[in-house]
Amino acid sequence: MYPIVKSEKLADKIYLMEIKAPRVAKSCEPGQFIIAKTDEQGERIPLTICDYDRTAGTVTIVIQTVGASTERMVKLKAGESLMDFVGPLGRASELISTDIEELKKKKIVFIAGGLGTAPVYPQVKWLHNHGVDCDVIMGAKTKDLLIYVDEMKKAATNLYVTTDDGSFGFHGMGTNQLQALYDEGARYDLCIAIGPMIMMKFVCLLTKELNIPTVVSMNPIMVDGTGMCGACRLTVGGEVKFACVDGPEFDGHLVDFDQAMKRQQIYKTEEGRAMLKLTEGDTHHGGCGQCGGDK
Amino acid sequence: MDVLHKVPVREQEAAARARNFAEVCLGYNEEEAVAEAERCLNCKNAQCVKGCPVAIDIPAFINEVKNRNFKKAYEIISESSALPAVCGRVCPQESQCEGKCIRGIKGEPVSIGKLERFVADWAREHGITPKKPEKTNGHKVAVIGSGPAGLTCAGDLARMGYEVTIFEALHEAGGVLIYGIPEFRLPKEDVVAKEVENVKALGVKIETNVVIGKSVTVDELMDEEGFEAVFIGSGAGLPRFMGIPGEQANGVFSANEFLTRNNLMKAFKEEYDTPIMRGKKVAVVGGGNVAMDAARTALRLGAEVHIVYRRSEEELPARVEEVHHAKEEGIIFDLLTNPVEIHVDENGWVKGMTCIRMELGEPDESGRRSPVEIKGSEFDIELDTVIMSLGTSPNPLISSTTKGLDINRRKCIVAKEESGATSKPGVFAGGDAVTGAATVILAMGAGKAAAQGIHEYLSNK
Repeated sequence: MYPIVKSEKLADKIYLMEIKAPRVAKSCEPGQFIIAKTDEQGERIPLTICDYDRTAGTVTIVIQTVGASTERMVKLKAGESLMDFVGPLGRASELISTDIEELKKKKIVFIAGGLGTAPVYPQVKWLHNHGVDCDVIMGAKTKDLLIYVDEMKKAATNLYVTTDDGSFGFHGMGTNQLQALYDEGARYDLCIAIGPMIMMKFVCLLTKELNIPTVVSMNPIMVDGTGMCGACRLTVGGEVKFACVDGPEFDGHLVDFDQAMKRQQIYKTEEGRAMLKLTEGDTHHGGCGQCGGDK
Repeated sequence: MDVLHKVPVREQEAAARARNFAEVCLGYNEEEAVAEAERCLNCKNAQCVKGCPVAIDIPAFINEVKNRNFKKAYEIISESSALPAVCGRVCPQESQCEGKCIRGIKGEPVSIGKLERFVADWAREHGITPKKPEKTNGHKVAVIGSGPAGLTCAGDLARMGYEVTIFEALHEAGGVLIYGIPEFRLPKEDVVAKEVENVKALGVKIETNVVIGKSVTVDELMDEEGFEAVFIGSGAGLPRFMGIPGEQANGVFSANEFLTRNNLMKAFKEEYDTPIMRGKKVAVVGGGNVAMDAARTALRLGAEVHIVYRRSEEELPARVEEVHHAKEEGIIFDLLTNPVEIHVDENGWVKGMTCIRMELGEPDESGRRSPVEIKGSEFDIELDTVIMSLGTSPNPLISSTTKGLDINRRKCIVAKEESGATSKPGVFAGGDAVTGAATVILAMGAGKAAAQGIHEYLSNK
């Protein structure tokens, strides 16, 4: 069992948890992920690591509720435990194996969208702690869905906050903000974009045009997270890669996003059904016409 | 009594079992077991023992069954095998012990596998568990992977007095016995979990959710955590795909994914969250035991299932019993057939597959006649699910993070067959991680040899 040290709601459907997992805390690096399982019946859920404390032996994760398993997970409070917590999985961000002096010469920009802010944070913090400057563009649909603003403010050299509806900061999306900075004369040597696949796709279209090498972090459907099932396979530069062992970070200009987005839909109706069963209990008979029905 | 034939074993009727996940084979009861044991000739120069990778004293345990000393029979098996209830169910006895049985020269061999299963089940039902050694020798050994190789190696080392910790990457111990082989062949709670408990009863610690090479490395286990030797039994986990167009479509799964969702994550049970695709018409590509498992699982989830295999029935690598069971249950065999392309609809889902007919040519390096395409014989079939069961290869996670550990060109760890010793002092390996995908019992044999190898290494250190 893995004790929950802290559990709090950050925004609508977005929750933060700090988990005691000494082996993971000791060996994890920015860019890697973990797999958590709430209880016996729960799914194995891949979640990117967004902070860690090696001395306390804790790892921080941010969870967005999307189905029955995540709904049950976020109901747990500090003092309770997750049944399973394994990691770190995947490869660490390339930043941490790059020479610091080399990094200092680069103009780096992060673009974080929605929940993607959480996995961007440890990378920004790592650069900050190593004396490397970087700009961060972070956004959400609306003000209430913004997370990690204060933390990011401390770690980023320049922080640009955007909302799709203009309720806070720049009115528009991360891509619009990047374009605006570019138009004002900003030039970047490296972009790291993490967020919904559709966002990463459009960031990549723009950065290709602007000629900025771009790294993205893919979070496809997974089961084991160690290379065993192949559920997370995606096409990168015409080659089949497994996000869990070859990634999760890839060259964004080579990723086949359209295929990856289609693959994300595989269990949409099944997940939706499990969720409805949970919220509606015995009253759910699958006849609503919304969930695809119980075949 | 007909000494030429085995006492028939009771099974769930095919039509009923095709719709449930309960065990197919019901096993012998006491009377049936004793009657079958009577058929054993108790050969002085027992050939069956030579056919067993862990060299169980087969005539001795069968003799105890004959005398109704079932407890003694269990003790004899336990001297050589940590997982008798598993082996009695999944070993390919026809090509091992039973294949060498003298009784089998004229008539059918003694049903050694079913007798082993009976003895193990009897012991479990009567609460007999192995005893922990009185004291340990103080030497710590790490075992990586809790599949058949790891459990066997750990069990043997614990019996010799070592302090053994098994590290398992998944959340449950058992390896392929848990995620791969389905419930209807190998019940998880009643059989696998109990065998794992028996290994723990010997004093073995099991730490789940530890991915060696990620959570901690082999070098760290030895340098920082005080393990004097390490056994790597991490299996062959990476699934292969064909590389044909359409393979990334929704509805194409590796057999590993399909079986893991169903077996480890229990997707077939209503109360579990993990989803699985219940196809209407499913093609399973491949002809091994894993392909049969995937096909029979898809069938139980409600699909019409076709095995698509490029050679003929004779070359099917699956056990005869599995093929027989699959056919009985209604699996359709499309033999001498190979997929060429998977058709995908506008939303990215599988809608069909083009296959080509094959004929057998000259034997290849495996000794099997190699399949050759018949030009112009392509044909289309409609499908919504394709399960690729083309074998697996070892995961490079451990080999790439362990200093001085040699691998061969197939990415398998290089290890001596007789001792499991690798190129790195103190590190031993066995099972699929060394041989590539093979069988449960061969992995157990390798785990056993490595336990002896580790004992000799630590005794002479």
